Amino acid sequence: MTVMNMIQAINSAQNVMMERDGNVVALGEDVGYFGGVFRATEGLQRKYGKSRVFDTPISENGIVATAIGMAAYGLRPVAEIQFADYIYPGFDQLVSEAARMRYRTAGEWFLPLTIRSPYGGGIFGGQTHSQSPEALFAHVAGLKTVIPSNPYDAKGLLIAAIEDNDPVLFFEPKRIYNGPFDGFFDRPVTPWAKHPKAEVPEGHYTVPLGKAAVVREGEQITVIAYGTMVHVALATIEAQGIDAEVIDLRTILPVDIDTIEASVKKTGRCVVVHEATRTGGLGAELSALIQERCFYHLEAPVGRATGFDTPYPHSLEWAYFPGPIRLGTAIKKALED
Amino acid sequence: MTIDPERRNRPALELYVPEPHARPGDEPDFSHIIIPAAGSVPRPDIAAQPGEMKDLAYTLVRVLDEGGQAVGPWDPRLHPDTLRRMLRDMMLVRVYDDRMYRAQRQGKTSFYMKSTGEEAIAVAAGHALEREDMTFPTYRQQGLLVARGYPLAQMMCQVYSNRGDKLKGRQLPVMYSDKAHGFFSISGNLATQFPQAVGWAMASAIKGDSRIAAAYIGDGSTAEGDFHAAVTFAGVYRAPVILNIVNNQWAISTFSGIAGGELTTFAARAIGYGIAGLRVDGNDALAVYAATRWAADRARSNLGPTLIELFTYRVEGHSTSDDPSAYRPKSAGSNWPLGDPVARLKQHLVVLGEWDDERHQQLSDELEAEVRAAQREAEKLGTLVTSSIEFPQDVRTMFEDVFEEMPWHLREQQTQMVDELEAKRK
Repeated sequence: MTVMNMIQAINSAQNVMMERDGNVVALGEDVGYFGGVFRATEGLQRKYGKSRVFDTPISENGIVATAIGMAAYGLRPVAEIQFADYIYPGFDQLVSEAARMRYRTAGEWFLPLTIRSPYGGGIFGGQTHSQSPEALFAHVAGLKTVIPSNPYDAKGLLIAAIEDNDPVLFFEPKRIYNGPFDGFFDRPVTPWAKHPKAEVPEGHYTVPLGKAAVVREGEQITVIAYGTMVHVALATIEAQGIDAEVIDLRTILPVDIDTIEASVKKTGRCVVVHEATRTGGLGAELSALIQERCFYHLEAPVGRATGFDTPYPHSLEWAYFPGPIRLGTAIKKALED
Repeated sequence: MTIDPERRNRPALELYVPEPHARPGDEPDFSHIIIPAAGSVPRPDIAAQPGEMKDLAYTLVRVLDEGGQAVGPWDPRLHPDTLRRMLRDMMLVRVYDDRMYRAQRQGKTSFYMKSTGEEAIAVAAGHALEREDMTFPTYRQQGLLVARGYPLAQMMCQVYSNRGDKLKGRQLPVMYSDKAHGFFSISGNLATQFPQAVGWAMASAIKGDSRIAAAYIGDGSTAEGDFHAAVTFAGVYRAPVILNIVNNQWAISTFSGIAGGELTTFAARAIGYGIAGLRVDGNDALAVYAATRWAADRARSNLGPTLIELFTYRVEGHSTSDDPSAYRPKSAGSNWPLGDPVARLKQHLVVLGEWDDERHQQLSDELEAEVRAAQREAEKLGTLVTSSIEFPQDVRTMFEDVFEEMPWHLREQQTQMVDELEAKRK
């Protein structure tokens, strides 16, 4: 075991997979010699050579499309989109091509392709470096979407994504790359070193896709979160002194409905929290699923604490971000209703 | 000159919208097309630098002259047996297209797309490429499958979406896919295959393989961003790929000028990216063969990609859903100055003393019979069902292959669908 932050864990996952499988290649803007703007591929080109780890032109369209071609050939490309906000030029290739290749060829061609991309706000990145587009991809038949919340899961989930035979979107909450930010922006952030999930095995292991984690057991209410919001949820309930059950989804699609259902049936109350805009967001889908399955167990309406339906503002970041105040209010309402 | 009413000292701006040379009711007018003599274009060594061959993007590589002789440095000097096989495959594509077009009109399928006038482009390339090279076609390169000996009945099953359709009725007719025949799955989202082919070729180079990729795109869809991404990546990484632009002059009802074809040639796009570019008579099977071979040899020698504009004419409508007499002169196809690819290759074989009208007629009859037999075989497995819930496929297959393993939500929806259909049948 080694103590790693999220970046080191993500780097280690790629390193482990490149070592084990000669078909794994990494590509993207600045990922080669420099090792990525967030250093997620640092050292990999030196170790595995330029033909397996290389810089690409600034063309998300081209990055996704050529990665699809490589996967069709039989490689397992890991393509980095520098910020999730930049993924849209590759959207057609992801939605119309990657997502449907297995289906439209009746399994003859499949695409073991991983798209890594830092997402989410909290770093004063303004509207072009802060978005959370996961719901757009969860809406597409044929794509898996994964979001880790800690270094241990990040490495295990990324290895599972690379080994998966279908395209996986792997969104990395960049606000917690260096420490588990809990939404209290006026307090110093503890580094990962002090967190139990920063103990990461150096070798190969996987965290299965499609399985959520109950990160805190509780009786009063279920809080469903993923990414940065897992830490916000834990800090919020601690501050409020509430015995909540906190679920870290880890995979957005396919979502782990069994874990959600069991928890909500137990607590009878639920709040979903995400940083993405509210309308048509994952909270809407989850709340529909919960009322379909747990209606007669519910003591209160399913609540949502989310980003607002505006672009992500620069200076007003902490008014936008669904931190402990917004989540705490939603939890309080769900407990009082 | 009109004046800007707000700024009276300046002329008013006008938007220019290109118009084709002839519209319905006009005589077809191809007088603007410059056709250099066959054999007049030099053939550079495959190791030549792209910068040394810029002229080749503005001319037209032609081998077959008006008398049916193969002339000049691009003559691939093919054995008469090869020429006859190419002629046969081109004729077969035409017969097949006619039968399937008729089948659509008879209500046996929803949709069809012919490649009339463009048969040389896919068939000659199919013969020039190695069998293991991967092609990334558009919907008008069915000739690649024919040239590689793919069973006609299987193609028809795909067109009919019937019980024999290996794609399980999931794809629109003509969107074939066959890995074993090096024919990549066709997408209705145009141009997407172009950068995918580049990625496949890059992978081949990454692995130290010797297979190359050949991609196809239409003149119209070169306007997509995918085209720019493809040529950029192909150039940057010297990918072993042939990037073919099939300029058949029309994108549904829109002439090539709307894709920028009035301003320069499509082959000239290569110059801006610093890669080799050729402009080739797409109705001349020998020129297509020679250009493909030249580009393939370059790619195989790590000399990088080649962009080839195949200059041709879409003789028929875009698809069975299109009526070209609504936007261009009716006789445009038969007046195309570069002639008909089948007739030109036939003439060449006759001039060589390797073919005659009698053998041609005999072959034509044989191919008709072959296609009819394939059609009977395919139709035994059904044709497209549009007015019944007695589907050709097990309906449960609708949920397969979305993912390698079916997740819970698809299993749930699958059960829901089966229940719905059972309720309807009761």
